[in-house]
Amino acid sequence: MAKLTAWDRVQLARQLERPKSLDYIQKIFEDFMELHGDRNFADDKSIVGGIATIDNIPVTVIGEQKGKKIKENMERNFGMPNPEGYRKALRLMKQAEKFKRPIITFIDTPGAYPGMGAEERGQGEAIAKNLMEMARLKVPIICIVIGEGSSGGALAIAVGDRIVMLENAIYSILSPEGFASILYKDSTKAKEAAENMKATAQDLKSLEVIDYIIEEPEGGAQEDVNQVALNIRKYILKNIKELQKLSTEQLLNERYEKFRKM
Amino acid sequence: MIIDKVKKVNKTEKERTKNKIAANMMIGKWVKCDECKEIIYKEELHKNLSVCPNCGKHFRLSSRRRINQIADEGTFTEIASEIQTKDPLNFDGYLKKVEILKEKTKIEEAVKCGICNIEGEKAVIAVMDGNFLMGSMGSAVGERITIAIETAIEKRLPIVIFCVSGGARMQEGIVSLMQMAKTSSAIAKLNEEGLLYISVLTDPTTGGVTASFASLGDIILSEPKALIGFAGPRVIEQTIKQKLPQGFQSAEFLLEHGFIDKIVERKDMKSTIAKIIRLHKGGKVEDG
Repeated sequence: MAKLTAWDRVQLARQLERPKSLDYIQKIFEDFMELHGDRNFADDKSIVGGIATIDNIPVTVIGEQKGKKIKENMERNFGMPNPEGYRKALRLMKQAEKFKRPIITFIDTPGAYPGMGAEERGQGEAIAKNLMEMARLKVPIICIVIGEGSSGGALAIAVGDRIVMLENAIYSILSPEGFASILYKDSTKAKEAAENMKATAQDLKSLEVIDYIIEEPEGGAQEDVNQVALNIRKYILKNIKELQKLSTEQLLNERYEKFRKM
Repeated sequence: MIIDKVKKVNKTEKERTKNKIAANMMIGKWVKCDECKEIIYKEELHKNLSVCPNCGKHFRLSSRRRINQIADEGTFTEIASEIQTKDPLNFDGYLKKVEILKEKTKIEEAVKCGICNIEGEKAVIAVMDGNFLMGSMGSAVGERITIAIETAIEKRLPIVIFCVSGGARMQEGIVSLMQMAKTSSAIAKLNEEGLLYISVLTDPTTGGVTASFASLGDIILSEPKALIGFAGPRVIEQTIKQKLPQGFQSAEFLLEHGFIDKIVERKDMKSTIAKIIRLHKGGKVEDG
């Protein structure tokens, strides 16, 4: 692929036509069944999750879900989860642990929603709890950043045994706009921020934060969704099989060490 | 001209005192409480645990003062002090800024960890410091706190973490974000070991610290009126395009919504922590 700047990739990662979690889920897995609700307050549509199989292996699948059109985006809150979304994700992950299913998560969010209700219902607590619980879940977890992975809202479903990114995805502490407004006191310097904050897949691979980069066709994932889905599927299958060979103790120790050295 | 001179001489007693106060403030002996606007003699404030004697406002504390208030005298031994700031993004001007700050504040990073006695009860403590880049969490803070938690596991001690933070440290980018996962993983291990973790939230505790170890205590205490939240008030106001109500995200608000166990005044903090530690002794898991 032609040399893209970090800002080019930010644009690609945010493109409305870029495939979203459900696009991949439907192409990668057989018989996906979506499950709803956190059993506590609501069903947050900015996170989808359910059960499926991949090559006859039962798995639990979770993804942050943006919309492609304005109406769907309103419904999905532009992929910005409330605490209920994270709690639904955790409920499904605990269920996966009970039935010994590997977990696959798809990350694609501008961040956890910074609204009043989210604060009232404990956005910080919800994210923190996911980090703590995911660290010890006794099943393999593979986390794939497919678009925009921004802040704690992304990390809340991204603690696992393999952390990978699509070639044009970004993963960062905050959006380039937020970063610029904090560090340069000027949100219009987002482009400059994007170059300096090291948020591309290539940057994160060299920082050893991620394990692998999944290839996209020239022009971005939307140019050939089937090919990208196939690339992801191959990665998942190979790595589930590797991770399933480990004892629970080995699995958890390696996961701990993975984050311990960061 | 003559009238002017007379005016100068006849300055009222009140005005003269005011000038004196102003002069003393200049040399740093006085502070103004930003809650009740009372001018307070600094020494008096410090004797009162940095709580305004007039209105009870809890001033922000340096890690040094906090440790002095909580640890039994002479019992604090620092750990993890060798862990220093890193610059994983090669961020322009960052390390230089840190060097200047270290020189100015005489502190090394935004958290100080150690082992001490609290009313005779041995514990690991980690105390964050808002004077150092707003108590933001980068790799050094995350690493020091993780070492503190692992020390608690290794020595089978309870751990107390005093939180104050503006969130994750931007200058270290994604590496700061990963500290949230690292510290939370360590807390998960501590839980499996059946060891006690008391989290104390102080003003302000926000962002990535709220969304990791700060919210994971077995018991979560807070100082009165501390601001506690994930998103900062300014960000929320920009999102919802309206002003937040008074007291939103205050410790009292969090207590009401079920996210903290107890609000504790500074004068009672040490005895409360010691009591909680004592109440956790003798459980089945306690084998040390």
